[in-house]
Amino acid sequence: MLHNDLVRILHIDLTAGETRAEERADLFHDYLGGTGVAMRLLAELVHDDRDPLDPAQPVVLAIGPLTTIFPVVTKAVATFRSPLTGEYGESHAGGQFASALRYAGYDALIITGAAKRLVYLVIDGDNVEIRPADALAGMNVIEAGRVIRDRIEGAGHRSILRIGPAGETRPGRAGIRYANVNVDTFRHFGRLGLGAVLGSKNLKAIAVIGQQHLDLPEDSRAYKKVYAEVYDRVLHTDAMKKYHELGTPSNILPLNELGALPTYNVRQGFFGEADEISGEAFAENELIAKRACAGCQIGCIHVALYRRPFAPGWEYESTMVAYDHELVYAVGSLLGVGDRGDLLRLIEDIDMAGMDTISCGTALAWATEAMERGLIQPEQFDGIDLRWGDAERYAQGIAAIVRGKSEVAQWLGQGEVQAAHHFGAPEYVAAVGGQGIAGYWTGYAHVLGHLLGARHSHLDNAGYAIDQKLEPYTDEAIVDRIIADEAERIVQTCIAVCLFARGVYDLETISRALGSVGIQRSVEQLESMGQRIYWERVWLRERLGFQARLEDVPRRLFETPTPRGQLEPQRVSKMLELYQTRRAASFAQ
Amino acid sequence: MPKILTAPRMARCIGCDSCMLACARMVYKSFSPHKSAIQIRSRGGVMGRMVANICTACAEPVPCVEVCPTEALTTRDGGRGMVYRKAECISCHKCVEACPVQVIGWDQEEDKPIVCIFCGQCVRFCPHDCLEMVEVE
Repeated sequence: MLHNDLVRILHIDLTAGETRAEERADLFHDYLGGTGVAMRLLAELVHDDRDPLDPAQPVVLAIGPLTTIFPVVTKAVATFRSPLTGEYGESHAGGQFASALRYAGYDALIITGAAKRLVYLVIDGDNVEIRPADALAGMNVIEAGRVIRDRIEGAGHRSILRIGPAGETRPGRAGIRYANVNVDTFRHFGRLGLGAVLGSKNLKAIAVIGQQHLDLPEDSRAYKKVYAEVYDRVLHTDAMKKYHELGTPSNILPLNELGALPTYNVRQGFFGEADEISGEAFAENELIAKRACAGCQIGCIHVALYRRPFAPGWEYESTMVAYDHELVYAVGSLLGVGDRGDLLRLIEDIDMAGMDTISCGTALAWATEAMERGLIQPEQFDGIDLRWGDAERYAQGIAAIVRGKSEVAQWLGQGEVQAAHHFGAPEYVAAVGGQGIAGYWTGYAHVLGHLLGARHSHLDNAGYAIDQKLEPYTDEAIVDRIIADEAERIVQTCIAVCLFARGVYDLETISRALGSVGIQRSVEQLESMGQRIYWERVWLRERLGFQARLEDVPRRLFETPTPRGQLEPQRVSKMLELYQTRRAASFAQ
Repeated sequence: MPKILTAPRMARCIGCDSCMLACARMVYKSFSPHKSAIQIRSRGGVMGRMVANICTACAEPVPCVEVCPTEALTTRDGGRGMVYRKAECISCHKCVEACPVQVIGWDQEEDKPIVCIFCGQCVRFCPHDCLEMVEVE
């Protein structure tokens, strides 16, 4: 919290229907905010011996000390026990949520217990209400958001987190294990299944209204100066140009060129129709607007017009769909879908139901190959005969997963890796460490980064970038870069700046920005905080079952060549041994 | 000739809140975007879009000036818009009600109106050039 060096937490116990606020100086001192605070609170509250979807399990949401008051500091960090992997869950989201929470007067939320019926929360400063949401059961994320927004219309900054039908708990069935949480339509807590966790608590949505006033410091000259400097670097240098112009799909063509675009369930690293689904093609044909998270001047959210005829006589219907590199990969090249309209349709279907697109795409890619090999039959999957590139069948498959009636649909909803294991073919699921890989096929650091990263995500340590730049490309250098990059990113995610601005927010800039609002942290202090939290988080992850094992890398990933050549299991093993050495040295301290 | 604030290119707006944060920071000594004389909103309907609620700098007789019972609001030199003097303000809310475009906000902590001072800080911090200060007759 500004001005008082405290972390102000709102506790919500859904079982008891009670809420209370708490302030903690120790958390601010040791962890600052964001990832650090959310990780630490989860460590205090999570139950090692209970299922991720047990009502007693906590969900923590945290923002940082600079949220909204500096450019591009827009993220909220969620921690939970992941129903997809069973271990540590961390997920970040933009939108208006972080900003609304700031002006509602909280740095963190803790949600425990489960409501008896479906409910939604309204947090308006000190007024916190738990309202019935029975009427919202089964509603898609867009409609649920609209209904709640209509109910809370008024002044102040507001944000609505909600789950779709995929996250909801239904009689005899938990949510899809990779259900996500939609944030203000265009952003998400995407990965690792937070949506199913909220579903297990019977919590359909959380609306936050922020109207609190926060004064500038008495002498605000330093703050205004640093703000303007950061603003000018965000806007007038190349640091963030890529995200603003074509957005993340600018990756499609260069990756394809390199042979690093995972295609057809990672049977190859290039897609013949990449030109059709490139960032350039979307921008020229479908892009209609860009949108930003609250407090971000970049506006990386690329919104496409998805327009299609529905009857003869020039009858058209249209919707707006946000697209990003990972989505274009996960339901595009990975499934062999090379038509932009088809892609937008699949992205929209998955999004409306409230699922993570990468995991859903990975699950469908595995199922397509399994069906092609005769391992599973259309009769086990609502009669759907999946075929590479056939969007109509994939749309049916997505609907079937959400319905969860047939055997294959139910298992695909249990997770891409769980399904592959159940049907006895884990060797060709495009997943590392328990969830589907991001849209890069660059080399060892990408695979190792997914395996070792706290979120099993490309965002933890950017292995894909290390693969493209690191020289000399030795085992030691790769392991050390993976660890060092993640430790530095922890500092950035403790202040909860968007990682797209990581080039602007180096530790020096973070230190100056904090100092300008009266929070003194030297570069050295920030650096050592990042390293300390890195290993503390590893310790928590191990408590929850994480192990760095070669067997969590499927054989497929050792068969398909990368720009760094075909990966060798022995070399990954060697890197894991090196990692264990670093771990042992750190834990001994 | 006086300069007034305009928002001629709102179709480009990305909804980043940067202008509101600039007004709050540079004029109202606040971190909070609701303490800003410019308010960006999304408006639904058949033409869902971003809109800027800004002072239109009414020509004489200026409605908020007309209803002000003290000399807190007076017509600006050049006859477009108003000048606000906090010391004279008795917090009567009449200006808020009189504003034909409903853009005079209320500062709850200070118990005073939030009005545009035509300084252009929001223009400086708009990344998409949606806003513009223009000279008027």
